[in-house]
Amino acid sequence: MIKTILSNVKQYTFPSLITPVFMIGEVIMEMLIPIMMANIIDKGISAGSISSVVSYGLGMIAMGALGLFFGVMGAVCGARASTGLACNLRDAMYLNIQKFSFSNIDKFSTAGLVTRMTTDVTNVQVAYQMILRISFRAPVTLITALFMSFSISSRLASIFLVAVLVLAVVLVIIMSTTMGLFQKGMRMYDDLNEEVEEDVTAIRTVKAFVRENYVIEAFRNAADNIRDVFVKAEIRMAFNGPVMMICVYGSMLTLSWMGANMIISDELTTGQLTSLFSYVMSILMSLMMLSMIFVMLTMSMASGRRIAEVINEKPSMKDPETPVTEVKDGSVDFCDVSFSYRKGSGNNVLSDVNFHVNSGETIGIIGPTGSSKSSLVSLISRLYDVTEGKVMVGGVDVRDYSMEALRSKVSVVLQNNVLFSGSIYENLRWGNPDATDEECREACRIACADEFVERMPEGYDSIIEQGGTNVSGGQRQRLCIARALVGKPAILILDDSTSAVDTATDSRIRKAFKERIPGTTKFIIAQRITSVMDSDRIIVLDDGRVAEFGTHDELMERSEAYREIYESQTSGSGDFDEFG
Amino acid sequence: MSEKVREVKPGGPRGRAMGPRPKIKNPGRIIKRLMGMIMEHYSINMFLVFVCTIVAALVNVRGNLFLKTLIDDHIIPMTNVAVNGGTPDFGPLIRAILVMALIYAAGVVASFLNQFLMTFVGQGTMRNIRKMMFEHMQSLPISYFDTHSHGDVMSLYTNDVDTLRQTIGMSMPQLLNSLISITATFVSMLVLDVPLTIISCCMIAITMFLSARIAKVSTKYYVSQQSDLGDLNGYIEEHLSGQKVVKVFCREDECISEFRERNDRLRDSANKANRYANMFGPVSMQMGNVSYAVVAVIGAVLAINGFTGLTVGTLVSFLTLNKSFNMPISQVSSQFNSIIMSLAGADRIFRLLDEKPETDEGYVTLVNCREGSEGECIECKERTGHWAWKHPHQADGTVTYVPLAGKVTLDDVDFGYTDDKMVLHNIKMFAEPGQKIAFVGSTGAGKTTITNLINRFYDIQDGKIRYDDININKIKKADLRRSLGMVLQDTHLFKGTVMENIRFGNLDATDEECRNAAKLANADGFIKRLPEGYDTMLTGDGGNLSQGQRQLLAIARAAVADPPVLILDEATSSIDTHTERLVQEGMDRLMSGRTTFVIAHRLSTVKNSDCIMVLENGRIVERGTHDDLIEEKGRYYQLYTGNSIAS
Repeated sequence: MIKTILSNVKQYTFPSLITPVFMIGEVIMEMLIPIMMANIIDKGISAGSISSVVSYGLGMIAMGALGLFFGVMGAVCGARASTGLACNLRDAMYLNIQKFSFSNIDKFSTAGLVTRMTTDVTNVQVAYQMILRISFRAPVTLITALFMSFSISSRLASIFLVAVLVLAVVLVIIMSTTMGLFQKGMRMYDDLNEEVEEDVTAIRTVKAFVRENYVIEAFRNAADNIRDVFVKAEIRMAFNGPVMMICVYGSMLTLSWMGANMIISDELTTGQLTSLFSYVMSILMSLMMLSMIFVMLTMSMASGRRIAEVINEKPSMKDPETPVTEVKDGSVDFCDVSFSYRKGSGNNVLSDVNFHVNSGETIGIIGPTGSSKSSLVSLISRLYDVTEGKVMVGGVDVRDYSMEALRSKVSVVLQNNVLFSGSIYENLRWGNPDATDEECREACRIACADEFVERMPEGYDSIIEQGGTNVSGGQRQRLCIARALVGKPAILILDDSTSAVDTATDSRIRKAFKERIPGTTKFIIAQRITSVMDSDRIIVLDDGRVAEFGTHDELMERSEAYREIYESQTSGSGDFDEFG
Repeated sequence: MSEKVREVKPGGPRGRAMGPRPKIKNPGRIIKRLMGMIMEHYSINMFLVFVCTIVAALVNVRGNLFLKTLIDDHIIPMTNVAVNGGTPDFGPLIRAILVMALIYAAGVVASFLNQFLMTFVGQGTMRNIRKMMFEHMQSLPISYFDTHSHGDVMSLYTNDVDTLRQTIGMSMPQLLNSLISITATFVSMLVLDVPLTIISCCMIAITMFLSARIAKVSTKYYVSQQSDLGDLNGYIEEHLSGQKVVKVFCREDECISEFRERNDRLRDSANKANRYANMFGPVSMQMGNVSYAVVAVIGAVLAINGFTGLTVGTLVSFLTLNKSFNMPISQVSSQFNSIIMSLAGADRIFRLLDEKPETDEGYVTLVNCREGSEGECIECKERTGHWAWKHPHQADGTVTYVPLAGKVTLDDVDFGYTDDKMVLHNIKMFAEPGQKIAFVGSTGAGKTTITNLINRFYDIQDGKIRYDDININKIKKADLRRSLGMVLQDTHLFKGTVMENIRFGNLDATDEECRNAAKLANADGFIKRLPEGYDTMLTGDGGNLSQGQRQLLAIARAAVADPPVLILDEATSSIDTHTERLVQEGMDRLMSGRTTFVIAHRLSTVKNSDCIMVLENGRIVERGTHDDLIEEKGRYYQLYTGNSIAS
């Protein structure tokens, strides 16, 4: 994980390396300053020499200026390195996501990916900046201060060593016992959020059943649990401060006693004692800082792991070495195809599928939910790879095409389709960036989208809002069909893409397909039997197998399942959908 | 799901981290209110915290002065004695150190108590605020949820409460501590030496001036960082949720370059924001050092020339004080940003708490009753299965009981979500108990809106709605809703077992009653096949159930509530024929004997309705039975035959 993160530092290696150098410089200046202070007091004030006070004072100011320079440079480089790393991490994740196959995409949720690219990256950015700027500071401060103290008086400095050891042991104990509690608390946070989300999305149900008090009770429990865990954790943390104070004060008092003795016996000067007082603070503060860094790092570890997961996810599909770049025609063959979403699970959603479709045919696909209709068509444009057998388009195995060549000729209108924010033209040109305005309009005419688009105030330049929320479900589906048509595909696949379109328009779309794009092979998945019954041939899927394959008349004659669907839908319990 | 959902602003960048930093109108008022909330439950704790903070701060200042005492009162005199050949008396030094040890001990205890008490105050207040928010949220009208995005509401509970915890738990105590330290140090400095104090203050002023300049620049970039982050976030959210479409159209390269453009912009603004924020530390620290040197030089000149009676010990102590004067000031300036942020969060929380709850001026309640000897209703406590509206008349103080029957009338109802845009006009409707009324019409015609009025999710602008001849404005909302069953298009399931989800309809129902309801709804079959039957846990809004199964559960839920009036919003989503039939049967069984308002999508539902309302643009354009309307050859005929041409 750490390797993955660090490998993304790339062009920010220099600022990353120079930041600690600047920070060390700043620390050294900080550590030298108490010596200057001691000199001001001993050689200047106590000795009554104004000139040495002035020269040491100027020296101190010079050191301050140098320290400021180092500090500011550290600030600049640290910011550049950490924000650069964050930028690279986002870039690496996004780049890899673009290489994801459908099965990779299924693994991560959209919300999860968004969090990884924002909150998690920010956590890592903050942690990285801290490592560069502070984690070098603390140990260097510790070592320099100890070194300085020993150079003043090894006897007195050994007091510090004892204090450091005591503090370190106590801090480790406190940290290790609270870590688990904090993690538990974080999980409870998730529970609480879930509670709120559930309530907000289901508020109509809650209010309709007058269950406000019921959900309040559940929420109260979640809120109480969080409080209890965090109180427990924070009370343990509350020992941190006092322990640190005991160490600091203890060292100071011991220092006072021993220091006084040594001054009297002329082994130490007053100024040196003052410097030691400063060092004791620096040493123990740096330990405190180390423990803080430790907490922050463990917290950001989780974020780092989540980011690495995305970057290291291996795209499950690759283009072949020497890809075929041209799709000859729209014929489709399934040869002994079996398919499972998880390879080797033996849980096949499609088994032994064999059929041949001629270029230009219209194929209807029908079957109950879970009969794998969508899985079947998703193999044609190689959204997933078959587990066994092969799928051929234009007489060539789909795995031999370059993905781009295949998918630009095989257009799929997915079941859960989306439009993107932007004008209608922009959305349509997803199908083909070079399409002329006229080609876009023609595609809309075939998909029966022209009628409502032209009624919109800005026509084809109207802006679609994010998620296509400003057009109705039926309109959205028609625009998605038009978008697929703009690419002039050899094969068009509609996966339940007219479910929100009223039946009359639906039949007009199918009529337009027949007349305007006769050469395109069309696969139509539908729940409504009227949407598929006038296809050239119809596949009836049942539990991942092709139960029947034939024309409407043939199926009415020989397939009981098909007849049953037909009768149940045409004898009164069909749809009564509104005009969209 | 309903007409209104489209009015809700689409998702996109939301949450605290997204928008630019908001301006806070009245920080004093917010702080006062927040303090009020804390004091309400934790006044004793807060008082003790206050005392402990003062003790800790005083100990700290005393500790700083100890060096002076040590040098001036003990070391120098003792050294003098030693130099003159005498034996110095260590007694006073030991005593001084012991006294100091006691003082330090008090400081340790105070600071521990401080932390300890603040933990309870901080976490407890967070819990109370969360509870208050949630409870208040339950009382808000549906319009609140329709006009606020879920993401924004969620972020109140997470981001805003979190930053508030930071403030209450850390910033506030630290601020208090710093203030006391600054004051005590300042006073001590004044006592020690006035001229040097003035010099120290001048240096502080310079530091603060520099800090303010840096803060201004950093805030500017911080704001642009937040808006760039929001922009990137929106882009990622939109394009990742459509990632499959991106793949299908091979648009990866375009997406990458669009993404990079935003990503780079964010890097640049984040870089600048961080750069200036990072400078705070070094600047205030080194300015502190410079201040130290300046005071040392000037102090030395004064002490050596003996102008102001400044002793070496005093100067040394003063220098220590000077150092501890600078520290809290830079601490305060580093806390400042986070305090502003959390006040903005508190402001948003208060705005939720200040939202007006649903008003309920209803006084007619639903009570259990039994039949008296003359067929009249007699109120009783136990569950009888019979219900009546208890209607107290204010004019003469009498109480009448009206049996709950399920008659609903709408009389010339006008309604608009906002006053300036009416969406329903002159709706007149009459439903006898047990009748089935179907609404048909295109999306946006106002079908869902009508059902939202009957249960008073929204209040009408004009006209009257009556339930069993009682104006629904007079009925207590909870009782009104209890008498109405709802099956919405989208079924929301809660975390819990299947049984608990069914019981949601009626908390008093026994397991047996829940099972019977499930049987009536045709849900029993699939529930039994679940791994643990009725005890199967549903998580994540019942994500493991199919659309059809969820609908069956929703029907069971309405069945266990057993209301006389039902509001159904038939689902349009395609479910397979088998489940479809189960749902259909379940619905039919649920509807029998109840007054039903149904937003219909199925032909069969429409055909056997007692009355069909054809809505267009918020008006009822046709009404009648299926046969009447076919005869009429109007809008309904068009809708119907549009369908039948295709079939």
